[in-house]
Amino acid sequence: MSFAADFPKDSAFNKAKARYFATPTDAVVSALFAAFAVWILWSLANWALLHAVFGANQRDACMATEGACWSVVSTRWRIVLFGLYPFEEQWRSAIACVVMVVVAALSCVPWFWSARRLPPLWIAGFAIFYVLMRGGWFGLREVTEQNWGGLSLTIFIFAAVSLLGMPLAIVFALLRRSDLPWIARTMALVIDVIRSLPLLSIMFTFAIVMPFVLPDWAIGDKLYRVIVGYALFFACYQAEIIRGGMQALPAGQEEAAKALGLTYWHRIGYIVLPQAFRNALPPTINQFVITFKETSLVTIIGFFDVMASGRAASGNADWNFATIEMYVFVALIFFVFVFTLSRYGAYLERRLGVGRR
Amino acid sequence: MAAILKNRRIRDSVLQVAFVATILLTIVVAAITARANLDAQGLTSGFGFLERSTGWRISFSLIEYSTSSPYWKAILVGILNSLFLGAIALPLATVIGVTVGVMRTSGNGMAELVGVTYVETFRNVPLILQLLFWYTLLLALPTPRDATLILGGIAFTGRGIYIPGLNVTGGSAFVATVVVIAGAALALWLKARRWPDLNLVHARRERRVLWGGVVGLAVVAMWIGRIPETSLMSIPEQRGLNFREGIRISPELMACIIAISIYGGAYIAEIIRAGFNAVPKGQSEAGRALGLTNWQIFSRIRLPLAVRIVMPTLINQYVWLFKATTIGIAISFTDFFMVISTAINQSGQTLELIGILMGGFLIINYSIAWVLNRVNDAIKLRGTQLRI
Repeated sequence: MSFAADFPKDSAFNKAKARYFATPTDAVVSALFAAFAVWILWSLANWALLHAVFGANQRDACMATEGACWSVVSTRWRIVLFGLYPFEEQWRSAIACVVMVVVAALSCVPWFWSARRLPPLWIAGFAIFYVLMRGGWFGLREVTEQNWGGLSLTIFIFAAVSLLGMPLAIVFALLRRSDLPWIARTMALVIDVIRSLPLLSIMFTFAIVMPFVLPDWAIGDKLYRVIVGYALFFACYQAEIIRGGMQALPAGQEEAAKALGLTYWHRIGYIVLPQAFRNALPPTINQFVITFKETSLVTIIGFFDVMASGRAASGNADWNFATIEMYVFVALIFFVFVFTLSRYGAYLERRLGVGRR
Repeated sequence: MAAILKNRRIRDSVLQVAFVATILLTIVVAAITARANLDAQGLTSGFGFLERSTGWRISFSLIEYSTSSPYWKAILVGILNSLFLGAIALPLATVIGVTVGVMRTSGNGMAELVGVTYVETFRNVPLILQLLFWYTLLLALPTPRDATLILGGIAFTGRGIYIPGLNVTGGSAFVATVVVIAGAALALWLKARRWPDLNLVHARRERRVLWGGVVGLAVVAMWIGRIPETSLMSIPEQRGLNFREGIRISPELMACIIAISIYGGAYIAEIIRAGFNAVPKGQSEAGRALGLTNWQIFSRIRLPLAVRIVMPTLINQYVWLFKATTIGIAISFTDFFMVISTAINQSGQTLELIGILMGGFLIINYSIAWVLNRVNDAIKLRGTQLRI
């Protein structure tokens, strides 16, 4: 008789039994939650699939059914994705979005994680995005920022905020942990104050109040002012994340670098920052997730991002009964981006956790 | 000159002075430019406008407010509305978060599945989108004429949700709330400072006296504040095209409450889950070895330890959630931010009002963090109570 026979078999049945029906209470709880889940799924499927109307321009069929009216999406999806961008030029907007998404996906590949590769990748991607969207070069028709909208505007704001905010965050973090007490204290105060304000109030201030405060030559377009404000806010949060990563470094690392005679910039560039970023990778991804979600706040300041376009797409007299369907569609767009990124963050956290000693 | 620059102490001082001076200079130049620009528009700066009457209406107010009320009162209404929303939504989010967090660490596969679906659905969609979604749903409820009362006094209508209430003045309800909060604060303080040194019987007696007093005082405050010649309970009833009596919760407030508590609940659930996972297995195994039941192990060992572990993270989360209440402006809920932005549109006193907005949020957020940090100090584990 073998030894292994004394243990219960690790069969699928036994596993399921342990997970769902370990005790009578567990069995009841499982049954209740299963019933709840089935009820929700059934009502959702009924609404979203079984009784729904899918094809374009089927307003009358929509009015007749109890289910969802996806017709509003198939009729007006272009507004959600491209906003007021001229119809014949929308292919440019689409390619620009794809470029930026590819850049974001490439940044998830560890090969790119170095100061020599990541910044050029983002700057190149952003430049292509901007040239495609704005036009005026290479025989492309010029389309000004006022006509940008939909998903491409959301992606533009997100990319610009990341590109501007990240270097700023590194500078803030270094100033915050400077050896010079007055610099460190002032920076700490600035970071704390900005972090305790709502993002919306900062965007609002930059959009509405800054024109009074700035000299005329520095006012710029409202869109760029909001981006600068958002980048500032992002930088303050990200600076604290980077500082956390730096604090997790053993003091010996910097002392060893000093003992070797490395200069400040060499110590920071080769010893401290690479390791700090490695420590701070999961919260950094989380910060990007939140930043992408909160770009939707620009709707309130009056920009035509993917959320505002979703509202506008179902806002006319023909489709105003199908607002919920439009919100669900926009929510799905956000979900795809944010869920992918947050799953990737969770995967990284597990992978880094395994390697840690 | 070169020698001076090489002197480390001088160089450090110059750097620091330059840094602080640059920041101060930016602020001063900004203020001067702003003053010049605003003077050019014929606006007088200063806080005198706070005494002027506003001339606009506020749809939801906890204190008396009319179009002839001054600006400071409108701002006060906004602050109170924000605090009111936070005081309802944050505890609700906590309840949802703890429930889902417990579900996700219960070991029951089905409960975990439902929990993870909830968290992933609501955490991955922007709050403002969820807010508009709930608001649209609430507005699509039947009109008051077609709505029916359920459970003897609750009605869901497109014009708001009606629930039974007490016929007491707002002032006395406020006093009662303050009494309860003060009692809780006192209890926490005693728990940290006095009760550990007292023997158990005395401590228990003091606790009973304290809570008895608090409940008694709150009831007395409500009783004194009764509105004369009305019944104690005010129950909604259908009259004509609308409901009378009871308390109406406007769709705007309701949508804010639902959105923030569901969104916040998803985040808090993740924090609570991390807390449960950080409680060492040995703790519950030791409990089992002592013969405690599953419920005792959960309520006496795992939950208290988990709450203490996650308290600092939770504090940040609460501050963050409170800041998130500003999105109420998307559906015209008159919170602090909305009042300020309306006031800017109406009065043009941009800088002063933005200053009030920022100062207000700094004070509120620091107060939340301060209070919760005191709570944390009072309950946190000392010394070697928890070895991980």
